[in-house]
This record gives sequence, structure tokens and C-alpha cells, in this order.
Amino acid sequence: MATRPRPLSPHLGIWRWGPGMIVSILHRATGIALSVAGLAVLTWWLMALAHGPERYATFDKAAHSWIGLVVLIGLTWSFFQHLLSGIRHLVMDTGAAFELGVNKTFAILTIVGSVILTAALWAWLLGVRS
Amino acid sequence: MSIGDSSTPLGRARGLGSAREGGEHWLTERVTSIALLLLGTWFIGSLLLLPKLDPHTLVEWLSAPTAAIPMALLVIVGFKHALDGMKVFIDDYVHEPGSNFVINTLLLFLAVAGGAISLYALAILSFGAAS
Repeated sequence: MATRPRPLSPHLGIWRWGPGMIVSILHRATGIALSVAGLAVLTWWLMALAHGPERYATFDKAAHSWIGLVVLIGLTWSFFQHLLSGIRHLVMDTGAAFELGVNKTFAILTIVGSVILTAALWAWLLGVRS
Repeated sequence: MSIGDSSTPLGRARGLGSAREGGEHWLTERVTSIALLLLGTWFIGSLLLLPKLDPHTLVEWLSAPTAAIPMALLVIVGFKHALDGMKVFIDDYVHEPGSNFVINTLLLFLAVAGGAISLYALAILSFGAAS
């Protein structure tokens, strides 16, 4: 009966680029990255730890290769971005922070915050401690 | 309304209405997100506070219940939250019911398998490998 196509979820093509839109799509993209790559790395890391130093050396070598570092730093940033935009979503679920100015500032702050936290964490890991 | 469609606006609205479910899925996503906020902060904070990140230190840390229990919770809640989130993504873009069912079922199996493997690894770390 219903021949008219059902409405589609937002696609990148129909939105004007702005902080709110970017943070929205980043929330989804980082969520997918964490679900697929993040949990795969976590599972691999736990299995490597459980099976002794030799198995762990394989993981450690991969983690210290340049591609491993790119993946780990990317996942760290994804984690902080998803965490901060997740907090933004929880606040907005209460009905707050929908005013245009506040909403835009909040969106920008999640990106600034995730970049700062990622830089600080890796500066600590690679610089201060090693 | 197309020509030949004799249904009333109310009739069409009823046919296209909500599935009367999904609220619980939405709420579960929020509750697991709050749990992961705590568990994720614990995880990052713990790694930062460990004196070294070599396998010996990590194994010692993860074999104690103070780390093994939160880590097991992180694995369970993490996989659940990931599965709920991926379902929203799939439901948004895969409309054909057959493909939707196949992909969502595949993701469910992957999440359960990944969670089981991670918990198995944690069990070895806590209780030692069966030999």
C-alpha cells in the first residue's frame, strides 16, 4: 500500500557543515571505530597478556610499529571524542543545551577537549614516562 | 496519497506507526554509556598510574580482583554498548528486512564471541591456564 519511500536517516549530503553536524557524525564514526577496531585491539591485548611474554611480544611489536601507533592514537582520540560527545548527548537528553550558541560552543568544546586529552595522554606515554 | 489509494490519513498513519518497542534499547544505550564513562575513566587512569607498561606489571595488575573485576565489567558492558550502537547504525541504513536481520545477527554473534574470548583471557590471568 505505502508506495512512497520511507524517510531516510540523515546523510552527510543534506546537512550544512557546522560544529553540531560535525560532532554528530563524529559520534557515529568514532563509535563504529571503537566497536570494530577498539574492541578487536582490546580482545587481542587481553589474549596476548594471558598467553605469556612471548605472545605479548608480538602484540607489543605491532603496537610499536608506526601503523600500530597510528591505530592506537586514533582509537585514543576516538575514545575521548565519543566520551565527550556522549556526555553532550546525555545533557541534551535532559532537554538542555539546545540554544544555538550553547549548542555550538558545547560541540566545539568536545573536539578541543578530545584533541587535548589525546595529546596529553600520548605525551605522557611517549615522553614523560618512557 | 496516490490515485487509487482509498485509505484515510488515519489508516495510513496506523499502518506506518511506531513499532511500540525500542524505548528500552534507547535507555539501555544511555545506562551502559554512563557505566562506560566510569569504567573507561578507570581503565585509562589505571594505565597512566601503573609504574611500567611491560607484560609483567600488566599481568600482575590484571590478575588481582581489583583490576580483573572492573575489566570484566568493561568487556561485558563495552560489547553490549557497541552492539546496541551498531544496531542503530545498521537499522538506519540497511532497510531490506532480510539483509538487516542477517547483519544484525552476525554482529550479535561477533559481539558475544569477542566478549567470551576476552572473559576467557581474564579467567586465565586470574586463575592460570588449564594444562
